[in-house]
Amino acid sequence: MPEKKVVKGAGAPKSQAVSDAAGRTGHGAMNRAAGRSESNAANGTAGMAEPDDISMYKKQSQLVQAWGRLRKNRVAIAGMVILLVLMFCAVFAEQLAPYGYDDQDVMRRFTFPCREFPFGTDNLGRCIYSRILYGSRISLLIGFVATGMGAAAGTVLGAVAGYYGKGTDNMIMRFCDILQAIPSLLLAIAIAAALGSGLFNMMLAISIGAIPRYARTVRASILTVKEQEFIEAAHAIGAGDIRIIMKHIFPNCLAPIIVQVTLGVAGSIINAASLSFIGLGVQAPAAEWGSMLSAGRQYVRDYWFVVMFPGLAIMTTILSLNLFGDGLRDALDPKLK
Amino acid sequence: MLKYTMKRLVLMIPVLLGVSFVVFLLMYISPGDPAKMILGEMAEAKEVEALRESLGLNAGFWERYLNYMKDIVLYGDLGISYATREPVLTEVMERFPITLRLASSGVLVSLCIGVPCGIIAATRQYSIFDHVATVLSLLGNSMPAFWMGILLILVFSVQLGWLPSSGYSSFSYMILPALTLGTSSAAVIMRMTRSSMLEVIRQDYIRTARSKGQKESVVIYFHALKNALIPVITAVGLQFGMLLGGSILTETIFSVPGIGKLMVDSIKNRNYPIVQGGVLILAVIFSFVNLAVDLLYAYVDPRIKSQYRGAKGTLKREKNEEEEEVQGCRKRRS
Repeated sequence: MPEKKVVKGAGAPKSQAVSDAAGRTGHGAMNRAAGRSESNAANGTAGMAEPDDISMYKKQSQLVQAWGRLRKNRVAIAGMVILLVLMFCAVFAEQLAPYGYDDQDVMRRFTFPCREFPFGTDNLGRCIYSRILYGSRISLLIGFVATGMGAAAGTVLGAVAGYYGKGTDNMIMRFCDILQAIPSLLLAIAIAAALGSGLFNMMLAISIGAIPRYARTVRASILTVKEQEFIEAAHAIGAGDIRIIMKHIFPNCLAPIIVQVTLGVAGSIINAASLSFIGLGVQAPAAEWGSMLSAGRQYVRDYWFVVMFPGLAIMTTILSLNLFGDGLRDALDPKLK
Repeated sequence: MLKYTMKRLVLMIPVLLGVSFVVFLLMYISPGDPAKMILGEMAEAKEVEALRESLGLNAGFWERYLNYMKDIVLYGDLGISYATREPVLTEVMERFPITLRLASSGVLVSLCIGVPCGIIAATRQYSIFDHVATVLSLLGNSMPAFWMGILLILVFSVQLGWLPSSGYSSFSYMILPALTLGTSSAAVIMRMTRSSMLEVIRQDYIRTARSKGQKESVVIYFHALKNALIPVITAVGLQFGMLLGGSILTETIFSVPGIGKLMVDSIKNRNYPIVQGGVLILAVIFSFVNLAVDLLYAYVDPRIKSQYRGAKGTLKREKNEEEEEVQGCRKRRS
């Protein structure tokens, strides 16, 4: 399990974690968010005792520290490398793929994997390898865009709920309860069925189900940041609500959001593949891993490769995202299990 | 406890109302004219208009929603299926036992795999078994259910010929679907059991049990397991919801005639009332399962039960979850 590796593999993070946590609560946010003059005042205790500390801190931002921790986690780095390779494939699919995603050759349907067709051909004689390469575009696009939309909406809702509290908070959280009362895949299916199939509808369907998770994460971390002194200080010098949320509170809530997003992309990709699998997703002839599986399913008795490789592609993507996400969580938030 | 249960049931009403609204809204925006769908494309305009009137489709949005709710609450009427003209409720409830059985066997599979593996992985931390189990759980977690199902068919029915690949008539037909459903949650439950077990066996009372000379197996299975399983119960509850969603895919792969298969077929035929009715019913079930899990949670952990009886007498569990999130954040920061 990755989290164990971090603790075991790196003795240093513990002490780093302490300084990091201390930095984050107090002057960490100040340095980045508030003006210099305020930050000097608030830095007081930590700053004056050890002047070197400040310069060290400035050099080593939170992200740099997190990267240092992440780098020591070999499993997470492996996940990241796989992910980068997948992104590379997605961007350069045209150059890498030997055939187009819809180049049919009916004479050569169901060719077993060979030199010419590394992953074989499907029921229409299309090169599965090329289709998987093109499919990575759709999967990654859906994964990131759907998660991005969900995270953006969830973050705004969560921030408003956490910051304004009371009735607003109650209303937004009850809205989240309602969305959470429907299992996410089911909700996505219902929305996609109502909107009709298509790439954008699918992304919308998936992102709506993801909103509550982000809203709750952001709300929780905002509630903890909100009561701290530097927010009070910002209020005192007359900063507006939007400015306080965007410049002072938000940077402090970034870590949990980043982690949730990374793990959320994996969920979005699985949901997207599931929707395509039951025929609600991207329409033929576009190459999508889920619909490739769904189309190949009926031929599985004789031609195993038709379903094996698209499935492996999905699994590899999800696995790399999970590994990277777990590592990122440990790196950004060493105290979180 | 009774008071708490009542309170929770009352709190569920607005949520379910919200769910029904979402479902209605989705039905409202879905394309196509229901009257035309029922009568077929060849129907005469007059007939269609008459049916529209009798179905109340000409009313405004809110009026239709109120009628929809009235039908549900008073008559349990979720509309009629375009395909068979049977009431949606009858059609869905006919299939319900199958889905329930499938989801429960999925939970059973995940518990049978997840809990023992989690315990062994925790008691022999960093052993080969631990590493293998961890890797397998990562793989299981990353495997989409439908692919898992296809692979199982490939191995057990195509290659080995042991089990049937589709249909639903006897016990042997349930094995592969249950395995498909169970493996991904088994991975989650294993991780959960492992980490919670690791936490528990480091506690003082375990050391006490060991130092008084208790056998290791008794310490693990009687002293530690009881406490370690408490968080696992919540995980199982959450997984049950996932399984209800996942059963849609699994039923499609194995042609099990449950709610999921019905819904997928209905999506293909644009038979929206069935889809929405299915979503509504599954969401209601999911909410009740969550409530049951919360109550069970209080039952197995007396500490939580006393919390409900605390000064205010009625602590809201849902609020608690939000509070817990905040507390967690605070702890991490301090």
